[in-house]
Amino acid sequence: MKKGLIVDPLKRVEQELKKCVKCGACRAHCPAFAAWQREPAAARGKVALAQHLMKQDIELDDQTYLAMSKCLLCGSCVEKCPNEVPTDEIVIAAREALAERRGLTTFHQAVGRVIRNRKLMNFGALAAAILGPLFFRKVPATSGLRLRFPLPFVGGKRHIPQLAKKPFLNRHPEVIQGEPGKPRIVFFVGCMTNFVYTEVGEAALALFRHLGCTVIIPKDQQCCGLPGMSGGDLATVRELAVKNLAALEKYEADYIMTACATCGGALHKFYPLVVGKRNPDLLARLKAIAGKTVDAAQLLQQLGLNPAETGAGEAVTITYHDPCHLRTRGITRQPRELLQGTPGVELTEMEGADKCCGLGGTFNVYHYDMSLKINAGKSEAIQNTGAEVVVTGCPGCMMQLSDGLKQVGARTRVMHTLEILARKLR
Amino acid sequence: MLDERIIQSLKDIVGTENVATEAQDLLCYSYDATQMEFLPDVVVYPGSAEEISRMLRLANSEHIPVFPRGAGSGFSGGSLAKGGGIALVTTRLNRILRIDQENLLAEVEPGVVTEHFQQEVEKLGLFYPPDPASLKFSTLGGNVSENAGGPRAVKYGVTRDFVMGLEVVLPAGDIIRTGGETYKGVVGYDLTRLIVGSEGTLGVVTKIIFKLLPYPEAKKTMLTTFDSIDGAARAVSTIIKNKIIPTTLEFMDYATLQCVDRRFSLGLPAEARAVLLIEVDGDRDLIEKQAAKIHEVIKPLGLVEFKVAKDAAESEALWKVRRLVSPSLRDVNPDKYNEDIVVPRSKVPDVIRRIEQIQKKYDIPIVNFGHAGDGNIHVNIMIDKAVPGMEEKAHEAIAEVFKAALDLGGTMSGEHGVGLSKQPFIPLELSPTQIATMQAIKKALDPNNILNPGKMFPAG
Repeated sequence: MKKGLIVDPLKRVEQELKKCVKCGACRAHCPAFAAWQREPAAARGKVALAQHLMKQDIELDDQTYLAMSKCLLCGSCVEKCPNEVPTDEIVIAAREALAERRGLTTFHQAVGRVIRNRKLMNFGALAAAILGPLFFRKVPATSGLRLRFPLPFVGGKRHIPQLAKKPFLNRHPEVIQGEPGKPRIVFFVGCMTNFVYTEVGEAALALFRHLGCTVIIPKDQQCCGLPGMSGGDLATVRELAVKNLAALEKYEADYIMTACATCGGALHKFYPLVVGKRNPDLLARLKAIAGKTVDAAQLLQQLGLNPAETGAGEAVTITYHDPCHLRTRGITRQPRELLQGTPGVELTEMEGADKCCGLGGTFNVYHYDMSLKINAGKSEAIQNTGAEVVVTGCPGCMMQLSDGLKQVGARTRVMHTLEILARKLR
Repeated sequence: MLDERIIQSLKDIVGTENVATEAQDLLCYSYDATQMEFLPDVVVYPGSAEEISRMLRLANSEHIPVFPRGAGSGFSGGSLAKGGGIALVTTRLNRILRIDQENLLAEVEPGVVTEHFQQEVEKLGLFYPPDPASLKFSTLGGNVSENAGGPRAVKYGVTRDFVMGLEVVLPAGDIIRTGGETYKGVVGYDLTRLIVGSEGTLGVVTKIIFKLLPYPEAKKTMLTTFDSIDGAARAVSTIIKNKIIPTTLEFMDYATLQCVDRRFSLGLPAEARAVLLIEVDGDRDLIEKQAAKIHEVIKPLGLVEFKVAKDAAESEALWKVRRLVSPSLRDVNPDKYNEDIVVPRSKVPDVIRRIEQIQKKYDIPIVNFGHAGDGNIHVNIMIDKAVPGMEEKAHEAIAEVFKAALDLGGTMSGEHGVGLSKQPFIPLELSPTQIATMQAIKKALDPNNILNPGKMFPAG
């Protein structure tokens, strides 16, 4: 392989790499560093390694791969960095370089194969692939699924959610007409809502219909692709971005709404970032989509939802977890205000509500022990509030939080913000 | 490169998983906040004083340099493995051993992060005041070794003032305790004070006993804006002269304000030429009186705005101005030298004027801010290393800044330490006899010069 090719994805972040002055501030905020306590896991370490990859005085080898895999892409370091170094973008570029050089791991190849393929997805194989180990407890040991995804960290102790009997996308017509003059909203559903937490999709639908909105659920929407990004499989992310773009552009809409923080992050930030750079026309279209992308809670508040009308119900004590991909977009206040305005709901803040739960795409699969360690702190903070329910705005976080709480034997339930807000509508 | 035999011995001492030799590991322990890079040959994460003792015995008999390191957030290269050797990383020694509420003290290991310690003692209504800017990530061991300061030093002092006793592994491997748990104690030399601020050249600190205070009942934050730099500088000594010692007295000059304003639009009055961020703490009644008094005495000094925070949120908003300084500076030029001179606080106006002259002479942007209350000014010489000749010019300017501080009865470094960065300038401040005295101590404790060699003293 030619030398220049190896670092090509890193060229994209060449200027950003220079911004890091090695102050070490990220050590206070990086969940991976908190878990490993070693510098290569800290944002500063990864940036330093990327700088040296550019200089080509270290190799794109196993050790570099290992260091770069220890990032949840949570963006905590980026928010707190005095010099605004976008370590998440740098890690994505480094992972792409590693994938170009070394090829994808068997696991990430499998992830890519499945998330690109709607038929496989509808069989629930997506879940089996991305969340592979999570589902293996329910998969017989002799099943081909196990042979297909030989994973290094498959443990038997995970607690996993049930797959929905019928995916959300198969339950509703593509266009659900609302009142004239009310906003037209395209709903980007996302895999976790489609296959696992369909009740989140139902809540979203109920709430926006309550407001009279027309809700459009394009049938040909795909996985957002972010699980692929975890492993550096940018080719898959690009392919899915283009497909999703076509699906989302098909309808005139005022907003593109997501109820999954990760999907929202993909549409809002990562698509323009990793997909469009080589194609200005594509970039402009992705940016147009990004500009219309809103989180469900953010949009509900903007449209003046009165949670007393939709969410009032029996008394429940809750605490709220900030999904990284909402927090980094500044969406922390809106869900809390809506929840606090819901009769019967009493919100107690947990310590470190803004800290990553440890899911991080496929990080959770490759570094399950560390993911659990990060999650354990979260479970403790949740339990300390005494809340009956932990509420969050991301189905990915919901799965991770459920697993963590069950690991420590907690009875705390996990719900999506929209489920609380729609209690009266169901 | 170190012998495989040595690596194996280190593994025998601390366990295989606590010895790292991959290129990626070495690289990640090659830097600190100075951005200099020196690769160690091996990174070791010991788990106890006994392991460190055995490591140092080995290093001493084999004459291998050892470089103690906390978070690697230092500003003077003090932890860097110049010339190669063993990077001794203290992060595993991260336990708070006890917090003694009856004797108002705590015992900790060196790898505890400063802010974590503060939060833990605050839960008990206690207070550990030293607050270096890096407190969210720096370690207490690093704070002790560099004698870290911070904004609150004006009222409470620096790290040194809170260290009551230490456990230290000496370069030959002996473990000693210095000081103790009593405020009073006059038996023998004060080795505690010798070790604090010795930049890891005399021993590896493995336990620290800190003095604690009751947490103050309340605090009040004020953002005061002046129409001249001189007015702000004079306000500092005026406040103190009026028998008020604020917790912090942070200063930002016009260049600093412009930097921050360009990016974050502060909405300061047009006449603003300098800002003092003042905080007082203590009993609720007392700080009300102090705030009023401060307003009264600084009014005649060209005060154009006086903002008082009503609650914690407003206080945070005022502090934000100060916190935004660092991220804004790089708009001036991409690279900077961050020096931390100190002068007697009455000389702050003089030193600011001297720095203005130096700036004009060398035509390099210099941005000043910092802990004016104790005369500690962060002088940021902003350069672009890509411009030929600029770096050399900056070095000359730095030397003149140091001379200015020394002429006025100050010192060239209040907080960051000497390490590698200030090493060439040491003879400006210390006489040959002073240096020889210090080197005699170093030689007595570390005859083979294995512990953090090549730091502090001029080469030789």
